[in-house]
Amino acid sequence: MRPVSYSRATDVATAIGAVSADPQSAFLAGGTTQVDLLRIYVEQPRRLVDINDLPLNRIEELPGGGLRLGGLARMSDVAEEPELVRRYPMVAEALLLGASPQLRNMATIAGNLMQRVRCSYFRDVAAGCNKRAPGTGCSALDGINRGHAVLGTSDCCIATHPSDLGVALVALDAVVQTESPAGQRSIPIDDFFLLPGQTPEREHPLTHGELVTGIDLPPTPVAATSRYIKIRDRESYEFALASVAVAMSVADGRITEIRLALGGVATKPWRARQAERLLDGAPATTESFTRAAEAELAPAVPHGMNAFKIELARRTMVRALESMAQREGTT
Amino acid sequence: MSTAIGASLNRVDGRFKVRGESRYSAEVPVPNLTHAVVVNAKIASGRIVAIDTSEAERADGVLAVLTHRDLGRVATVPKLLPSLAGLAASGQTFFPMQDETIHYAGQPVAIVVADTIERADHAGTLIRFEYATTPATTLLDQARDQAYVPERIFGGLLPGHASRGDVAKALADADVCVDATYRFAPNHHNPIEPSASTAVWEDVDRLTVYDSTQGPNSVQFTLAELLGLSPISIRVVSHAVGGSFGSKAMVWHHPALAALAARHVGRPVRLVLTREQMFTSCGHREEQEQQITLAARSDGRITALRHHKLSLTSPFDDWAEPSLQSPSVAYTSPNYEGIYHLVRGNTITPTFTRAPGEATGMFALECAMDELAERIGIDPLELRLRNYSATDPESGKPWSSSGLTECYQRAAELFGWHDRPPPRSRREGQWLIGTGMASALYPVTQPVNPQRARARLYNDGTAVVEAGVSEFGTGVFTAMTQVAADGLGIPVERVRFVGGSSDLPNVTAAVGSAGTSAVGSAVHLATTQLRDELIRRAVADDHSPLRGADPAAVQVRDGKMVLRDRPDVGETYADLMHRTFAPDVEVLGTWNPPPQDAGYGVHTFGAQMAEVAVDADLGVVRVRRMVGVFAPGRVLNRKTAHSQLMGGMLWGLGQALLEATRMDPRLGRWANASLGDYLVPVNADAPDVVVDTIEVHDEVVNPLGMKGVGEIGVVGVAAAIANAVYDATGRRQYELPITLEKLL
Ligand SMILES: Cc1cc2nc3c(=O)[nH]c(=O)nc-3n(C[C@H](O)[C@H](O)[C@H](O)COP(=O)(O)OP(=O)(O)OC[C@H]3O[C@@H](n4cnc5c(N)ncnc54)[C@H](O)[C@@H]3O)c2cc1C
Ligand code: SF4
Repeated sequence: MRPVSYSRATDVATAIGAVSADPQSAFLAGGTTQVDLLRIYVEQPRRLVDINDLPLNRIEELPGGGLRLGGLARMSDVAEEPELVRRYPMVAEALLLGASPQLRNMATIAGNLMQRVRCSYFRDVAAGCNKRAPGTGCSALDGINRGHAVLGTSDCCIATHPSDLGVALVALDAVVQTESPAGQRSIPIDDFFLLPGQTPEREHPLTHGELVTGIDLPPTPVAATSRYIKIRDRESYEFALASVAVAMSVADGRITEIRLALGGVATKPWRARQAERLLDGAPATTESFTRAAEAELAPAVPHGMNAFKIELARRTMVRALESMAQREGTT
Repeated sequence: MSTAIGASLNRVDGRFKVRGESRYSAEVPVPNLTHAVVVNAKIASGRIVAIDTSEAERADGVLAVLTHRDLGRVATVPKLLPSLAGLAASGQTFFPMQDETIHYAGQPVAIVVADTIERADHAGTLIRFEYATTPATTLLDQARDQAYVPERIFGGLLPGHASRGDVAKALADADVCVDATYRFAPNHHNPIEPSASTAVWEDVDRLTVYDSTQGPNSVQFTLAELLGLSPISIRVVSHAVGGSFGSKAMVWHHPALAALAARHVGRPVRLVLTREQMFTSCGHREEQEQQITLAARSDGRITALRHHKLSLTSPFDDWAEPSLQSPSVAYTSPNYEGIYHLVRGNTITPTFTRAPGEATGMFALECAMDELAERIGIDPLELRLRNYSATDPESGKPWSSSGLTECYQRAAELFGWHDRPPPRSRREGQWLIGTGMASALYPVTQPVNPQRARARLYNDGTAVVEAGVSEFGTGVFTAMTQVAADGLGIPVERVRFVGGSSDLPNVTAAVGSAGTSAVGSAVHLATTQLRDELIRRAVADDHSPLRGADPAAVQVRDGKMVLRDRPDVGETYADLMHRTFAPDVEVLGTWNPPPQDAGYGVHTFGAQMAEVAVDADLGVVRVRRMVGVFAPGRVLNRKTAHSQLMGGMLWGLGQALLEATRMDPRLGRWANASLGDYLVPVNADAPDVVVDTIEVHDEVVNPLGMKGVGEIGVVGVAAAIANAVYDATGRRQYELPITLEKLL
């Protein structure tokens, strides 16, 4: 491991100041991404600023009925928060279907949004990778890319965004709260994740040293009937091959409100806007669901081994929508 | 009389393991220790044209940077020879860092020694290599046209081709033929403990290596050849080993590299492979393809089996895991042809991987059998019964013991096989339910050389029993405690079994599911001979109540020698020894294994059944339950044996559904060399598993009648699962693992 210096900040200003001042520094939260990448020389900070003592791990009510999740709240704590489970079940499900209990106990939710891609070439410093080393090419385009994205890709990068939590959050129009020496700002979640385009190394609009202090979940009554479905090779402890976050309400057989997002198949947590448009007001039938899923996946681009994901994502969407419709029908 | 053998004794080392007190090879405290890290070639084929080590040498804490220029030459490169032979057991006929040629990605090209492992690792990244690359072959598809049939495989132990009868004629005359090709992804072992060696030179010709290995003696002999030393100069110690599955069955480069580095820096060196290095440093199950042709009469009787295998081997060795052996004797088939085809590629020599050969070969055969049953229109179990062979079809000799039909029967009862609904008739919501079965066969391989154990009884009635076997999670120390207790006629609490060192009596590496039977036979002989020696002394001693008795009329119970028909007459070992001023009595037991061909076919048999659920839309396969019934001869410890068998079955589940190492042929490197990307089953994947054993008595194989439980559990599982997937979906599976895209 590269030599690295370590300090522990106890207030937000110090943490931000320390990282902003040194381009070769980084925040250390749970360390479940950061330390792994440090050990394989993918991340090469000279200095780590431990932010675990910052008072940012609370879950609070927002005026108007939303919730604010502290950026340093642990995945496991958030998943068990009763108000979250009641109002936003898909967020809790997305968290619980991610990683393992041990990891969830360490990992923070800000770190979860900031985690790096699982593309094996990104993690292999001897391989070409535009995200890790801009201009060195994308080894995944013609490589081992079974896990890679079919939506939101570019000829520069096709890495899947790995976060499950992010998928539920984009469906909810969550807002990321940040703080930097320039002040505080609120970033709508959909703008928080960037498409790779020609600059896959840029994943977030954050400036160096900008700290994610919290995530706001707006009041969203429909989210009380929501779920997160995750499809993967093994039953647990694996990233998604395809996942769906869905919140839906149905009245008189018609969809009155719909929020839909995809994971495991796109370069960012993917709000399925095209499908939402088609579903809004449509009959809650398999035909509608299929049509909407097909429309959403129409722009999907396969790359060799991952071609199956288009069909898998389509069927997973239909499955998720049908299960919501059934649930809605019976309640 | 046996009371300890067969009981479910808890592991004697369990307490130390759960408390974290077991000392693994990378944990043995050694004063003045330094740390070595191996740097691996990133290219798969070519030459090193320049190396710049200057920056690495200047890095903090670095003691030495060694490349092929300064490592020194090894005395001899031992030839690959399976460790079962009991000699030097190099994993491949090649030793790295002797010149600038690169044969495979991951080949060691430098070693850095530093005061901490982190500093050594970092300095390793500062070495600059310049390579001249040449095209590499790392996939079968790149070089099919260059396949050849080797004269012998498996370190020369097995023929490259075999046949009996007239296959062509049988095929022409057959009522039904099944012809299918099966493809297998490469697999890696992934024991939880990465291989580690700690090398300590006490003098120029006195080396101790703490090494994680299945055979301390194999390491000793291999190091002796490599370093040009006598075995008396080398001691190899393996206190605890955290799993192996074949990755530590042969001797790879790291112990010798650690020893060479330690000699160079003049201090003890610890070398621990990283998880990633475990994918390129100790072999793997090779990428392979198998073609099966089954010919049968309309009543299902098999008339011919043709079984060809094509696989990738290294530039150095004709290695193929022996996939054809067990299938060749599974059923009566008068006509047979088995041929290995090899393609040379840029890879380390592949190696033993749990159920090496049987796991893949029986998959192919048992899937083809399922197809045959369907074609003929009979139950798959009935097809197997119709083709059951009461003799070894290869030699015509009787089985030393079988139990196969009883295994089928018991498995069918436990599983409810005969009540299963017709194919593709069960659906539960989104899930299509199906069932499948397969036979399991695993050869009984005899060690070539005598197996030894020492038993020493102290005058307080306790005994220490020693042999050089290592404990890598199989439960062998526990089982040996039981064998020794029964041999001596004392309770298990009074026995201490000591193993894990080349200084102890020599036993062959614990491989081929034969470890426990090899050392067990030696322990049995040592302890029963020791018992007999004490009885002999007692009946010859004027002061003994047993004076003048016929030794054959004496038995030992709870440490007391008594007349069989007058248990009130006798004395304890301790009484006799105190009276005769004997502090201890010691015997070296030697078991001379019978030759492999002792007039019998020797195999272990079993039956596997599985029920799967396949998501009708999403292709996800989940195994709901498995039943495995095996006839492994004498079971020494019910609990550890069942754990071994169950673990094997879960391995089979991994082979069926998850395990695959993916090669990127452009880079010539594995693309998923981590436990995050190489998927093995987790607890959530483990279904309801029922394990049972059928008692078979075997007087041929060894004195205890054991046939081994280490690997048979794996065999047939993948086929049972694939057959169940077919039963559920109507889709045959010809490629492992069965990932969901194959069922979309
Ligand atoms: C084996 C494994 C399996 C996993 N499986 C899943 C899964 O199935 N689904 C899933 O969603 N995730 C999964 N994860 C990812 C895991 O959820 C993330 O690693 C974790 O959430 C990161 O949080 P952390 O607190 O440990 O972040 P760290 O590792 O400490 O930091 C990660 C990155 O975020 C930056 N950072 C951290 N906190 C902040 C902040 N407050 N503001 C700005 N930047 C910050 C750090 O500088 C660093 O660059 C898995 C991880 C592993 C190792
Ligand atoms: S997909 Fe993205 S992360 Fe992976 S190699 Fe290509 S550029 Fe790098």
